[in-house]
Amino acid sequence: MMAAYVALFVTVAAVIAGAIVWQTNELLTRQVLTTISAEAEQLETLARMQGPASVADAVAERSWAGRTHLYFLADVGAGRIAGNLNRWPPELRDGAGGLFRYTPEPGLETHERFAIGVPVTLDGGRQLLVARDVEEQREFIGRVRTLFIAGFGLLVLIGLAGGIAASRQILKRIAAITATSESIMTGDLSRRIASSGSGDELDELARNLNQMLDRIEQLMAGLREVSDNIAHDLKTPLNRLRNRAEAALREAHTAEDYREGLGRTIDEADEIIKTFNALLLIARLEAGAVDETMETFDLTALVRDVVELYEPHAEESHRRLRFHADGEILVRANRQLIGQAVANVLDNAIKYGGRPSGGGASEIEVVLAQKADRVELAVADNGPGIPSLDRERALKRFVRLEASRTEPGTGLGLSLVAAVLRLHKGSVRLEDNRPGLRVVLSWPVPAVLHAREGQPPGTRAMVDS
Amino acid sequence: MIEDERETAHFLQKALKESGHSAELAHDGEDGLAAALEGGFDVLIVDRMLPRLDGLSVVRKLRADGVRTPVLILSALGEVDDKVKGLRAGGDDYLTKPYAFSELLARIEALSRRGDPQEQQTRYVVGDLVLDRLSHRVTRAGEPVALQPREFRLLEYLMRHAGQVVTRTMLLEHVWDYHFDPQTNVIDVHISRLRSKIDKNFEESLLHTIRGAGYMISAGKS
Repeated sequence: MMAAYVALFVTVAAVIAGAIVWQTNELLTRQVLTTISAEAEQLETLARMQGPASVADAVAERSWAGRTHLYFLADVGAGRIAGNLNRWPPELRDGAGGLFRYTPEPGLETHERFAIGVPVTLDGGRQLLVARDVEEQREFIGRVRTLFIAGFGLLVLIGLAGGIAASRQILKRIAAITATSESIMTGDLSRRIASSGSGDELDELARNLNQMLDRIEQLMAGLREVSDNIAHDLKTPLNRLRNRAEAALREAHTAEDYREGLGRTIDEADEIIKTFNALLLIARLEAGAVDETMETFDLTALVRDVVELYEPHAEESHRRLRFHADGEILVRANRQLIGQAVANVLDNAIKYGGRPSGGGASEIEVVLAQKADRVELAVADNGPGIPSLDRERALKRFVRLEASRTEPGTGLGLSLVAAVLRLHKGSVRLEDNRPGLRVVLSWPVPAVLHAREGQPPGTRAMVDS
Repeated sequence: MIEDERETAHFLQKALKESGHSAELAHDGEDGLAAALEGGFDVLIVDRMLPRLDGLSVVRKLRADGVRTPVLILSALGEVDDKVKGLRAGGDDYLTKPYAFSELLARIEALSRRGDPQEQQTRYVVGDLVLDRLSHRVTRAGEPVALQPREFRLLEYLMRHAGQVVTRTMLLEHVWDYHFDPQTNVIDVHISRLRSKIDKNFEESLLHTIRGAGYMISAGKS
């Protein structure tokens, strides 16, 4: 992988360097060709206008001008008439222009140099070669090539070194993450991935993984708590059930005794089943698996119905239920679950919302209101309430605050309410009603379902007991 | 009864026999479907999870074949959406395990009376108690009884099933349309209010509490 990458990198660098060198050479060569073609044309014109002798003079004169300007004027028999080249280059015999080698005048320099020449045939069959020495140009190109090779070589080396260093660094950090996750997998859920502090992508990954681990640890703690609580809250009634059955076996003498013992055993079993069902429902709600049963309905009517269902029961427990709502509120929700949540909150209020002194009827106020894009259902009693420190705990599974331990119930009522609200992306708040407890269920309602406009203001629904 | 758990099936068969009914058993979906297609049953009790062919498929096939016999689905899955699925498949009622036998019995009896002409009647009569569904009036021995709308519906449901035990859950489901557990037994207070309106000051009580099961409205000592 690495080798293939290096090979690709070097090849691309070589191709780029080659292309630049070739382009430069091409450009310079074309410039030389243009210049000498123009000069050849000029001399040809001179020959036509002023005769062959003038060309020989001009060539002879120009031959002295500079060492890079090269000429050869030949007669029909290819003998030299004028010029500073000592022979007609063999490479250009066929009359085409191009690159050729020549040796400067013997004695001065002995080695061959490169030149570019353009031959023209003048009137009368004489041949003229106009050429330029390109040795310097070739040297320049050579230097450019060397420079490019050295530059790209250096670049490749730096790139490779940098790449290796960077990937080493990243691999080291990934190895650290792997090591941490391995130790987490073997059971140490409290381990966290170290961050380099630079805030780069790997740090972000580490932060996300850590947050995920926090969440998992939290869920695990929750699960552990639940299983502990299940052990406690299911084992206790199971034990009671067993004791009752045993007592019936041991103590019963008449058929009536047996009948009573069995009846109580069945009651106890029913309580266990209730707890179990509530637990399963909470688990399923938390898995969010009840989406397809959402329906659109009038929340006001539902709450009014549940209030009405509880009203006689409340009255028997010396509570007064009062319900206020501002007309129809259409919501899209699971009607049964919302009904269950409202019922649980009302049930709690009736159970625990009594005045501590017990004198006179306690009021339980149920207020349903639409606030911007949310609906809020508040159930307020004026009983002993829940101390602020205990409120968060009260929403957890199986938590039965000391004050209520003696009352019957699964201890799952409020946590089921919280689960239902979470499913509807809402929340449950426990507030101080001074005195008493106010439970507020609130969840978002899409704007399209807002209560129909033009609702007459006088349609306040009231159920008083 | 299509139920693969043999002990449960035999217990139910025995208990139904003691209650004056007779039940035939099938232990998997295919056998049960074949028996149900032959007909001659008043009610089918179908377990949801069955070998060979699951309960919901049995019900769907029966309905596709035009068999209208009332079906009670029994299931260990009891959440709202499970019930909805069960009823959508063509079930007439849905009962979650574990259940009290009295609950099952009451529901079977209610289902078996479905085709009864009582259902279509506009007037229900139990002894000297008369409920008129058109005028929404109730009289006892000719005297008008003033009922709240919900009390009227409660009485209507009880009278439609006169002579049958109706459980608290059935009342919650049919009178209130609630498929959830209201924690405390809130139905009893509604019943006692209704009772005070129709039975108070009369020698014969019509609305009876059946211990461990539910309620029944009937005239003449049973």
